[in-house]
Amino acid sequence: MNYGIVSQEQLERIDAILSDKLIKLGVDCVIIIDMAGNIITAKDNGESKYDVYSFAALAAGNFATVDAMAKLVGEQEFSLLFHKGQESNIHFSKIDDELLLISMFGRDISLGFLRLNVVDVIEKIRQVWDKK
Amino acid sequence: MSFINLKDKIVQVKIVYYGPGRGGKTTNLEYINSTYRKQIVSEMVSLKTHGDRTLFFDFLPFDMGQIKGYDIKIQLYTVPGQVKYNATRKLVLRGVDGIVFVADAMEKQREKNIRSLNQLHENLQSYKESIFNIPLVMQYNKVDLQEHGIPILPTAILQKDLNSRLKVPYFEASAIKGYNVAATLKKIISSTVVSIQKKLL
Repeated sequence: MNYGIVSQEQLERIDAILSDKLIKLGVDCVIIIDMAGNIITAKDNGESKYDVYSFAALAAGNFATVDAMAKLVGEQEFSLLFHKGQESNIHFSKIDDELLLISMFGRDISLGFLRLNVVDVIEKIRQVWDKK
Repeated sequence: MSFINLKDKIVQVKIVYYGPGRGGKTTNLEYINSTYRKQIVSEMVSLKTHGDRTLFFDFLPFDMGQIKGYDIKIQLYTVPGQVKYNATRKLVLRGVDGIVFVADAMEKQREKNIRSLNQLHENLQSYKESIFNIPLVMQYNKVDLQEHGIPILPTAILQKDLNSRLKVPYFEASAIKGYNVAATLKKIISSTVVSIQKKLL
């Protein structure tokens, strides 16, 4: 089994992309996890206090479940998930087969705007990640 | 797959408690959660049915301190033991670093233990991982039931059934009373950390 190691430089670049593209936009918290439920990196706006480790475990389980459901209906995958609440929302997007980007945001950001930025972020992260 | 963060110097290690239904996997985690409260920063997460059976998994993150300047974060998971939940069991095993097999020492559960272990073998194969290579510890749970006159399999039989080829460390235990719960946990953590170190060097 491969072991996930990212260099300090890669992580700093990924963190910079997340801060620049999502946190500045007003997203409360962004986490990148792997499908086993490990946290690769987490960034927040300094105010949100989420238990990111439990969150990562549940999110990986959630995504894996939806992935299995996709296969049952004959889809390759559902690459995007969105949960809507009264005050906060969660958006999941697959970066590649191993990585997942999770954004938690409030009412003041529109889903469409977030999605546009997420697509951009994922493209940039892939470039950093591929150079591993 | 343990994840190593070189920037913040954190190693995340995934340990899964596996075994037949009603064997005591969740009870192991509950005991650890209540005994080592100080080292555990967050709440134990349990996804269970209304009947208190594990539906998806239990999750307990655990700080182990530092090794060579790296913070070791142990993530304990259980799988749902019921036969029908194999799809979710498999999902939980993704990226596992170490496994505790919690066998039920009650005489009538003998066959279920063997079946569950065989399925673990198959499930690991689907991730191209081998039961013979992954750090594994056997726990023969519920030995305290003998005091109540419930027939218990002798350890020699359990060893023959489950551990004759694997030859991994084993413990008799009583998860509900806490007997050897910590010993099992220590053993699996040390085997897993050693195995990660070996793979990295």
